[in-house]
Amino acid sequence: MLEKIIEQAKKVAEQAECFMVESESAPIHFEANHLKNIESKQSLSLALRIIKDGKIGYAASSNPANWPKLADMALETAAYGQTARFQFPATQTCPEVKIFDPEVETVSLEEMVKLGKDMITGLLEINPELVCSASLAKSTFRIRLLNTSGADISYKKSHFSMGLEGTLVRGTDMLFVGDGLSSCRPIRSGSEVVNLVGKQLERASRNVNLQSGEMPVIFTPHGVGSTIIPALSAALNGKLVQEKASPLAGKLGEQMFDPAFSLVDDPTQSFSPNSRPFDDEGTASQITPMVESGVIKNFIYDLRTAALAKAKSTGNAERHGGQPAPGFSALMIKPGTVSFEEMVSGIKEGLIVEFMMGAEQGNVLGGDFSGNVLLGYKIENGQIAGRVKDTMLSGNIYNALKTINAIGSDGRWLDGELFSPSIYFPKLSVAAK
Amino acid sequence: MTELRNIAHELSQQLYHYRADYLEIHLEESSGSYISYRGQNLDTAGRSSDLGGNIRALVNGGWGFVSFNSLDDIQKRIDQAIHQAALAGSAQSQFASAPSVTYAQPDELSQSSVERPLEDKKRVLDEYKDLIWQTKGIKTSFIRFSDGYRRRFYVNSRGSVIEQSRADINFNATAIASADGELQQSNISVGSRGDYNAITRLHSQIKDMTEHAVKLLTAPKVKGGEYTVILDPILAGVFVHEAFGHLSEADHIYENPQMREVMVLGKKFGPKILNIVDNPTMPDLRGSYKYDDEGVAATKNYLIREGKLSGRLHSRETAAKMNEPLSGNARAISYRYAPIVRMSNTYIEPGTSTLEEMLDGVKEGIYVKNWYGGTTSMEMFTFSSGEAYMIRDGKIAEALRLVVLSGNVFDTLHNIDMIGNDLDMNQGGGCGKGGQSPLPVSNGSPHIRIQKCLVGGA
Repeated sequence: MLEKIIEQAKKVAEQAECFMVESESAPIHFEANHLKNIESKQSLSLALRIIKDGKIGYAASSNPANWPKLADMALETAAYGQTARFQFPATQTCPEVKIFDPEVETVSLEEMVKLGKDMITGLLEINPELVCSASLAKSTFRIRLLNTSGADISYKKSHFSMGLEGTLVRGTDMLFVGDGLSSCRPIRSGSEVVNLVGKQLERASRNVNLQSGEMPVIFTPHGVGSTIIPALSAALNGKLVQEKASPLAGKLGEQMFDPAFSLVDDPTQSFSPNSRPFDDEGTASQITPMVESGVIKNFIYDLRTAALAKAKSTGNAERHGGQPAPGFSALMIKPGTVSFEEMVSGIKEGLIVEFMMGAEQGNVLGGDFSGNVLLGYKIENGQIAGRVKDTMLSGNIYNALKTINAIGSDGRWLDGELFSPSIYFPKLSVAAK
Repeated sequence: MTELRNIAHELSQQLYHYRADYLEIHLEESSGSYISYRGQNLDTAGRSSDLGGNIRALVNGGWGFVSFNSLDDIQKRIDQAIHQAALAGSAQSQFASAPSVTYAQPDELSQSSVERPLEDKKRVLDEYKDLIWQTKGIKTSFIRFSDGYRRRFYVNSRGSVIEQSRADINFNATAIASADGELQQSNISVGSRGDYNAITRLHSQIKDMTEHAVKLLTAPKVKGGEYTVILDPILAGVFVHEAFGHLSEADHIYENPQMREVMVLGKKFGPKILNIVDNPTMPDLRGSYKYDDEGVAATKNYLIREGKLSGRLHSRETAAKMNEPLSGNARAISYRYAPIVRMSNTYIEPGTSTLEEMLDGVKEGIYVKNWYGGTTSMEMFTFSSGEAYMIRDGKIAEALRLVVLSGNVFDTLHNIDMIGNDLDMNQGGGCGKGGQSPLPVSNGSPHIRIQKCLVGGA
């Protein structure tokens, strides 16, 4: 079928590329401490990109009956498309990336149900007043890419995930805790997730007041993900750099951040959920250093953006239901040597941020983050004193990342998108009620 | 289209043979187009079409859900959904009855903007792009237009067969200004229920937005803390959606005894002047529909009446479990998802105050306009404004950089002390919940004044 579409497109355009994604997913959901819903999802979609008279046309459909029309649909859009200054790549030598484990398919529904029940039981043992929800899912993805440069490449990926959430309502005081793990391999025990959520519960066991002002702030890995990463990943995206809409445009090779801060994009880690041998345009995956000891090293590109910026694709083309655009596969922040406990013990009065809410709703391009501390803890005399509420944290990543007191040794994966340790900043602005 | 219609009618004859407490089937066909600009150049243009369906089964209180693109073997998928539901179920099913309905809305694809040539749409966008770039100090801009047309078939084991369609249009524009390494942005977001004219006459709004982005470069940052804030109708609409709307969704409440206690009907939530409504039956708004995705007729629903909690948003399951009337608020963004409790058109009813009266007596406060974003965690919410100005001695004064407002719903609603007489509905953006985003909704309000609102500084 794909061959036919390519043939058809070749008749009307200079270049063509077909990208097909098939997936099967089987999620189960627990609500209010019991099993609620068992799902199975099958999906198939096909995208055709063409280059006609030097311009890009695009059409996509999940309806096989419409596939013969794809070439015509793409042709209409090519009349207005962007000028293409690149060639679809021939088959490239891709790194060996382990992302498929046949074991995932063999995890039975019964086992998944048991894992979910065990996680909820484990959390209720910590606090019986909680109302818990949990989700587990196993999925398989098949990707195939064909183009007129002769590439016909494909891969298969397996995915397993589990998540656990707890809600504690006392009067109008509401606490939400939650965490999860994911991998390309089966996760056979829920105890690690229970421990992660249990830690949040323990730290938030009572509410305490925090005074407004400037103070030391530690972001946990989740805190880094919800506060620092949205603005940083936007600024390192070649698309924004090329448009000069990134504060990091023109800063390659410059020391912008604290020497302790290093960041790579690495889609080649074994069994990490976002790993892949090639990107969504068929460019081979590579490890791209983004920031080395505070110095800006690279921006990420897909073929189209790279051509505009006179750079090379870094193998970061991603499709999210539309045309490829540069996107991070898996960002990894280099851990430090200080334990989380050591960081906390050195602070007289400060804040730990677990989850921020709304930090990505300000002037993200300018690097600002300002949001409500959805889950955060006060530090008093080197100890975690309890949960803070009605507290807002504001700052700018370009100022904040210039001076880092410490980077934790506690690096962990979050959803396969980010590997982050805790980060300790000497001074950020906090407004509390 | 006829193929799906035939399948739907054929299946409706068969559904009552199956052994399940309840079964429903959704089939859906859609098409869409989009054009986006980044900077001075067209970035992407594309067309898409989609076809798929799902089956939901309820057995002994457990749900099975199967979604698919391939229309082969639907019978087998029905068996699978029932099997899954039976595995999940371990209690009695509670599911509210609704009258069975046979309804077919006329197909309007031919009149929808999707069918227009891309060239027409591009011409309008080019005008906007040129307008933005005429302004000095503009570094870059993003413009995105998308439209879609979706036709849905709903069949259930209680005899309903419902055909509905909707057109949807979304438009966003962002202008980015820079000076001395500083970047500031301003944006507008407009949507409509298929009315193409809603996005063809935005020239003056685009101009204002662009000038505002430049103005922000020299604007001061607000000092964080508590302020008296006045919200314009657009931002107050986002506020009511985030701060209160989500809390009215019964699926957050129905299985949590403590939550049920907090959200007990009749409880005082705000001042007597406060009335909040969710109403899918308003004509031609993005959150409007005749039947929800469980085949329940849409109804106007008072969530807060005279400051007291008076209703909430339900699916058939939450209504049955809470023993409350159906509201018709089960919605899914597409066939890939099961319907969950969602808002439709949510607004604060107008009061009697004027903006001048609200400003009067505010020694130092903040006037916020236009939405930028918003999110909630039930008790706490944040939302950000597109424009913000200091209020000094009852007058709107200097522009401020973007501000993020935050609060606790249980305090903030009580702190509303004035409600304007100028209700306006806003149709930009969409709502996200439970992985389903964006769902077309609309929201609105008159101007409102809130005392002691927490504003994040920078």
